[in-house]
Amino acid sequence: MARALINVPARAKRGEVIAIKTLISHVMESGFRHTSDGVRVARDIITTFDCTYNGVEVFHADLYSAIAANPFITFHTVATESGTLVFKWTGDNGFSATESVTIQVE
Amino acid sequence: MTRSIARGLCAAAAVALILSCPIRSGDAGNIPLDQRRSSYELMSPPTRAMQDDDTANPGTLWVLDGEALWQRESGAAGQACAGCHGDAAQSMKGVAARYPAFDASSGRPIDLEQRIVDCRVERQRAPAPARESKELLALTAFVARQSRGMAIEDVAGKDERLRSFLESGRAAFEQRQGQLNLSCANCHDDNWGRSLAGNAVPQGHPTGYPIYRLEWQGMGSLQRRLRNCMIGMRAETYAYGSPEYVDLQLYLAWRARGMPVEAPGVRP
Repeated sequence: MARALINVPARAKRGEVIAIKTLISHVMESGFRHTSDGVRVARDIITTFDCTYNGVEVFHADLYSAIAANPFITFHTVATESGTLVFKWTGDNGFSATESVTIQVE
Repeated sequence: MTRSIARGLCAAAAVALILSCPIRSGDAGNIPLDQRRSSYELMSPPTRAMQDDDTANPGTLWVLDGEALWQRESGAAGQACAGCHGDAAQSMKGVAARYPAFDASSGRPIDLEQRIVDCRVERQRAPAPARESKELLALTAFVARQSRGMAIEDVAGKDERLRSFLESGRAAFEQRQGQLNLSCANCHDDNWGRSLAGNAVPQGHPTGYPIYRLEWQGMGSLQRRLRNCMIGMRAETYAYGSPEYVDLQLYLAWRARGMPVEAPGVRP
């Protein structure tokens, strides 16, 4: 399982805009490179990322070959209620990783 | 762009730099202590922010892998690093700040990576991790992280046995080499702060190693960085783990004595 780092404030005020930062380990092999023997290195990238907040999708991204290794994705959302944020990355060769964090909204 | 073209451009830029700017006067090898700067200070604000925030610093991924390896029993001895050394936050605090250090069994200085390899082989009876392998970089990053913020110690100045190796490292730093006939000192003592192919020339202090280099899209050791520089000078590189590199690392650590450890650093 890939290692991921999530940075979400543990507490927020209702209606506050919060920053969410995610970092995941992945080679993001573009599929355009060749070995010294001229053999093409097969593409191996994360293709989608999404974040749900208490089951509702609040952010989604499609990733392509030009994204660097270990993608760092940061975005904002509005803290509406206490609950759980679930992050899911999927990609080539059946890659799938899920992380979740809880947030307390006052 | 192929690597050879890239090298050629880098080389041409290096030649242009040497031809276009008069070499600064003053003694090579003697940047006044108060004028020393980590290359962190030359980085753009976004790259600095990346290093400063543990959850944005990709080096943290290696540190966490290293922490897991630290706890895991390994090798024929069935021993984990933690089995002998316990909590790394205590036992490894300051260790990275005093490497390379003298190793009695080999009678010469060794770097932190070599110390970890030796420990793995001799104490844990595990296969030696390869230089630049994920395993070795992760353990090195984890150990080095425990010294963040601590001053690099003047090991070579204090340990009489290291004196001759320090001098050989200094000689290597000042020796012109390669097809471009450049020494490390030509750039990092005499022309730091100027531009080379659009990048600022750093003073070359080893404060952040192992580093996550954006160009590499991965982690690398100081020896990997030194190889990069030598390829840029079109000089012959040494094999990983060579005594020549360790002497040079010893000199670089002496040159950076007192500067804070930043590991794991992020560099462009």
